[in-house]
Amino acid sequence: MTVSVSPHVKSGQSVEKIMWTVVACLLPPLILSIFIFGIQTLIISIISVASCAAVEAISQKLLHRPVTIKDGSAVITGLLMAYVIPPGVPYWIPILGAVMAIYVAKHLLGGIGFNIFNPALIGRAFLMATFPVAMTSAWLPPIRDGAIFRYMGPAVDAVTTATPLYILKHYGPSALMEKFGSMPAIYGDFLVGWRPGCIGETSAILILLGGLYLIYRRYITWHIPVSVIVTVALLTWAFGGKTLFTGNPLLAVLSGGLMLGAFFMATDYVTSPSQATAKLIFGAGVGALTVLIRLKGGYPEGVCYAILLMNPVVPALEEWFRPRRFAPQKGAQQ
Amino acid sequence: MNGPLLTFPKGGIHPPESKTLTGHLPVETVPIPREVEILLSQHFGTSCKPVVKKKDLINEGDLIGEVAKGLGASVHASVTGKVKNIATSAHPVSVSVPSIILETDQEAEPREWPASNWRGLSRDQLLERVKRAGIVGIGGAGFPTHVKLSPPPEAKVDTLILNGAECEPYLTTDHRLMVEHPEEIIEGAEIILHILGITRCHIGIEANKPDAIDALRKAAAGLASDGLTISVDPVQVKYPQGSEKQLIESITGRRVPGFGLPFDVGTLVQNVGTTKAIYDAVALGKPLYEKIITISGKGIARQANLLVKIGTRLSDIVAFLGGTGPGLAKVVMGGPMMGFAIPTLDIPVTKTTSGVLFLTEEEIDTRPHGQCIRCGWCLDVCPMGLSPNEIGVYVEAGRPEDTSRFGVFECFECGCCAYTCPAKRPLVQFIRLGKMKAKK
Repeated sequence: MTVSVSPHVKSGQSVEKIMWTVVACLLPPLILSIFIFGIQTLIISIISVASCAAVEAISQKLLHRPVTIKDGSAVITGLLMAYVIPPGVPYWIPILGAVMAIYVAKHLLGGIGFNIFNPALIGRAFLMATFPVAMTSAWLPPIRDGAIFRYMGPAVDAVTTATPLYILKHYGPSALMEKFGSMPAIYGDFLVGWRPGCIGETSAILILLGGLYLIYRRYITWHIPVSVIVTVALLTWAFGGKTLFTGNPLLAVLSGGLMLGAFFMATDYVTSPSQATAKLIFGAGVGALTVLIRLKGGYPEGVCYAILLMNPVVPALEEWFRPRRFAPQKGAQQ
Repeated sequence: MNGPLLTFPKGGIHPPESKTLTGHLPVETVPIPREVEILLSQHFGTSCKPVVKKKDLINEGDLIGEVAKGLGASVHASVTGKVKNIATSAHPVSVSVPSIILETDQEAEPREWPASNWRGLSRDQLLERVKRAGIVGIGGAGFPTHVKLSPPPEAKVDTLILNGAECEPYLTTDHRLMVEHPEEIIEGAEIILHILGITRCHIGIEANKPDAIDALRKAAAGLASDGLTISVDPVQVKYPQGSEKQLIESITGRRVPGFGLPFDVGTLVQNVGTTKAIYDAVALGKPLYEKIITISGKGIARQANLLVKIGTRLSDIVAFLGGTGPGLAKVVMGGPMMGFAIPTLDIPVTKTTSGVLFLTEEEIDTRPHGQCIRCGWCLDVCPMGLSPNEIGVYVEAGRPEDTSRFGVFECFECGCCAYTCPAKRPLVQFIRLGKMKAKK
């Protein structure tokens, strides 16, 4: 008979259940991306997921730890990394990213629960730094006629385009409308996902639905996504226009990787705080840094670096915002 | 009752109640076994010293062990028979303790305990009867009741709270007691109120026991003289609603300070089972030597609520119920949240046994634990506002001495964190290690 410390009954929850639910919530944007950018988004995502799982298994073997690829966390990293790289990159790109994301950023720092930075974003940041040309010249215009094999093969280079945030940053809103049509048409396309961008970041509505499901299941809370989105909207409205308070907050929220970052990356358990107040501060930090990079930095998009810059603040936030104790010992350190 | 039910403000969980297995079953009396094994340490404090010798003949209810020194509660024979041996026994918690083994006289008639009028007795006389009966807090802690009923004079106790929450899954011991013996519980409450010299009593019962709530309300209404107010307060079904500090806050809104006791906020809490034992002791002169326990779980042939003699071995109870079932994986003394897993059935029932669970593989979770993924769910469910995740990580990293700043000593091991943890981390075990090594 088993003898172990109480409690003897446990909830039906498990790490696997959480992770595979997140994976399920991430799949609709991937499926849609096939119709937006072509079948190669699926190939890149599969390569990314397979590499992340393989690197996880090899890392754990090398480091003499139990192999835990079944828990699904490497699969999430693989999907998220694929979702934040452009749809026209060479197929070897995610393999290199997986080594950096899983081996260096995750397992060399202690494995799940101990990594300081979001592994998928480290993977993307590494690729941006080492292969800037491949990573910034592989944007594809959305397919509108269902020809999902159009971008297969060597012809890709000829059709690359610029992302909306790039156009907005360097040429202004009028150039954006010239390219993508009237403002209502832009909002509609951007909400559904028909715009140039990274593989899995373009469909604001599908990401929102996936995120809301995770909130409904209580796997994540509303604090971080709401804080990120509200901060970006407010700051863009205040500083994003030619004069104060003339920026376009809705466009800012629907562009780039903001929705994906707010719901699926900034909410990563390991690299985000666990207390409500700390979550709000963390989200506001991510939002503020995103706007700072978008408006004043050298890149058109800043969500990835904003989250990576806020990740190391998390231990301090955890320390400053501990739960309120029921009745602490008198004079005890709180 | 309308509006939201009373409860404590932070944390708590809703595990499957699993009470329908036994909640409806009337208490059955287990036949007297051929032999009982009575532990001399069934309370918080030092072991009793035996006052009988081998081969002595004893009657049911006779004193067999008395308090040697300090805190303790005396121990009585639960059967009529002969002292077979004075030895040491296995104990669910303390490994081994001194014990007295009695060989039952199967011919003996059960002893009768006629009621007598206790009204008019002084506070000290009432307390003396409680002390003589060897009563301890049978809700689990086993703290000697006569000591608890004598708060220091500077403590201004104004409210008695009877704990009938029974928030542990599976257990229906207190439930059946309240349904079947409501008058005795109310009279027990009267006795305690007289001892304390106060008039207000609240009985906290989780709302999933409407029949118990009705029974006690009816019994309390029949009283209503004497200037005493006894109110039955349904409380929300939420574990650990029956924890002393949580129940006090639910009912009175008062919060027991860190490392404080209930009388620091003017309250005194007694389990309903203890209250019934106080009635037995004072009104009948009957010592505490038998007990209602719940036998449940899917790993036993038949689930039941049983009246057993203290000292009855679990093996005898299992035999009475038709043996263990297929797939039995774990035997737990007490509830599934805070009870102790035991390795053998050669363990006797004690005053603090509230139930024995025979759990199958499907009822428990034996999946191995993983690393903390920092989901923070344990922070949300901890009723004390502690950080079980950090305590676990520190203990695993070999730094248990640094866990006091996360509140390791405020933890009462309710197990909400470990229940909730998706990584199945043994957080209560980590916390116990922390308590052993950390500096207060």
